[in-house]
Order: sequence, then C-alpha cells, then structure tokens
Amino acid sequence: MYIDPHIHMVSRTTDDYQRMALAGCVAITEPAFWAGYDRGSAQGFVDYFRLLTDTEPKRAAQFGIRHHTWLCINPKESEDIGLAREVLAEIPKFLDRPSVLGIGEIGLNKNSRNELVVLEEHIALAHSRGLLILVHTPHLEDKLKGTRLIMDAIAAQGVDPSRVLIDHVEEHTVRPVLDRGFWAGMTLYPDTKCTPQRAADIFEMHGTERLWINSAADWGVSDPLAVPKCRDEMRRRGHLDAIIKRVSFDNPKAFLSQSGRFSVK
Amino acid sequence: MSSPLRVDQVIDQYFLEHRAKVLDIAAFLDRHDRAAAAEGHPLSHESREIRMRALTRALELLRDGKPDRARRILELWSDPTTQPIAAAPMKGAIGAAPLA
Repeated sequence: MYIDPHIHMVSRTTDDYQRMALAGCVAITEPAFWAGYDRGSAQGFVDYFRLLTDTEPKRAAQFGIRHHTWLCINPKESEDIGLAREVLAEIPKFLDRPSVLGIGEIGLNKNSRNELVVLEEHIALAHSRGLLILVHTPHLEDKLKGTRLIMDAIAAQGVDPSRVLIDHVEEHTVRPVLDRGFWAGMTLYPDTKCTPQRAADIFEMHGTERLWINSAADWGVSDPLAVPKCRDEMRRRGHLDAIIKRVSFDNPKAFLSQSGRFSVK
Repeated sequence: MSSPLRVDQVIDQYFLEHRAKVLDIAAFLDRHDRAAAAEGHPLSHESREIRMRALTRALELLRDGKPDRARRILELWSDPTTQPIAAAPMKGAIGAAPLA
C-alpha cells in the first residue's frame, strides 16, 4: 500500500490508474501544472481546475484510489503577470472544494523576476488562508539557485516551513531544504531527476524524516509506477518494511493530513 | 539510516548496471568525436560547448576519490548566480550552466 503524492493524472490514461491500483496505490495528490503549452486565458485555467476537482476524483475512484489536488498557475506560465493575476483571482472560488489540499505546485522555473512576483502572490494567498503549499523547484542547472530563492521568499512571509513541501530535491538541495525545516520530496524520473537507486541512497544519507518520494508522472518521459519501483529498490537492499512504508505512506500521510482534507481508506 | 548492503553486495548488485552506463558514456563521446572530426570541430575533451565542458569536468571529478560525488557534480552544473534574472528566455533547461 502506498501514496503517490505528486502525479499529473490528467496526462495519463485510465490504464495507468488500473496499474497503479494493482501496484498498491491507495491515494494520490495532483498539483496544477503546465500543460505543455501556454493556456490562452484565465478561463482555460478555470476549465482545468474543474477537471482537477470534478473529473479526476471520479476517474480515480473507479480504481479505489483517493484523488486530491492543489491549485495554482504554474511558474512556467508566470512570465505573463497579467494573466497570472487573473488566474490567481479565480483560485479562491475552488478552494472550498473537498479534494483541494492547498496551493501548488508553485515555485520558479527560470528564476525570473516575474516568476518570483507570482510566487510571492501565491504564498500570500496560501498564508492568508492557512493552506498547505507544494513547491516546484526548477530543473537542472536552475534548481540550486531557484531552491534558495524560493525558501527565502517563503521565509520572508513568515510561513511555517512544516506546512510546506519543497519538491524535486536532489543530492545538492535536500540538505538545505530539510535544515530549514521544510518537508522535501524526491521525484523519480528516468532521466532528469532522481532514479529509484539515487532516492534510496539519499534516504540512507539523510534519513527519512520529512522526506517522501513521488513519480510526478505527466505527459513527458516519466513513470507512474516509479514509487513502487523505489519501494522495490529499498526492499532489494534489505531495508525494513517499516522504513519503506514510512517513506511511501506514513510520511506523505502525515504532511498531507495537516490540510484536514486528506484521506485514505 | 545506513545502507544494509555490504561492499561485496553493492558490487554484485550494481556492477553490471554501471558497467553499461560507463559504456554508454564512452559510446556517446565516440559518437560526438566522430561527428566533430567529420565537421572539423574540437573533440570532446577540447570542446567549448557548455554541456560538453560540463560533462568532461564531471568525469574528472568522478575520479578524485572524494565523497559526495553526486552532490558535487550537481553543484558543478548549477547556475552559481544568486539574483533573479530579468526575464525567462525559454521554458526549459539545458542541463548545465556555463563553467567558470
């Protein structure tokens, strides 16, 4: 039994839900993200938020998987501040829906000034309503700098770091994130983030406290079964079942339950 | 929380996988150098291309005998600046910042 706390099921087939259920997935959370193209209007986001809050929970429920979501305009679409503010104005209309856990995945992409402004406005929205935050950190060469800027922006608004999950950490960012009191997520990607082997190494080097794994599977090269594959990697190394359960079930449940809306059967 | 594996188990369990990855890197450098030679460009070890410089510098770091290689390579490839940029020039990332 496991939780995949970051996956983009709008990009995946129903067969993926079936395979995840067979592999033991009981709950997922799906952050709002970039669709692979820039949406042309705020109405496009409203339709997307309906998809996340109405359609996907029903699709997941067919396979016994609880679906939860996070709302935002993704940093890849934050360069246009005017559009971003229109979308930010729509988000509160969806925040009372029962499967919405908080604001995410917000953060930075290329570490630009406009991205930072939109990030700060998302943080303010979450902070004013006492919502959890799920953070996307930039890709590849931009990750280290972006992670530092994001942590500073969150700290500047006085947000409790224990209510923020900073995702896509790797060997160079995991320690600073944990040391500042945030939760951290490792994303298991075949090429561009952590492999299951490296994630297991990071647990061995940095422990299991406030650290989880996710697939972040989407429309790109990714694997919706990455979490059970990492569990299998840890099992092959001889880690105890209780440790494996901690990182793939107990830890995400503990963080997400702070929302008051997260549930598993 | 340390690894439950003994050193012989680490080697037994992972050697073939990483043998294959070393060969992939070797074949990639050969492929690059065949194309470079045909076009009159510098070979991989002399390349000024950002990603090739980053890769060859990382290969040197692999052999320095010091710990935390993965972290140090990721730091080597990271943008060292600290201030937000004026505007995002593109959506994606190429995998390495220019080396000093």
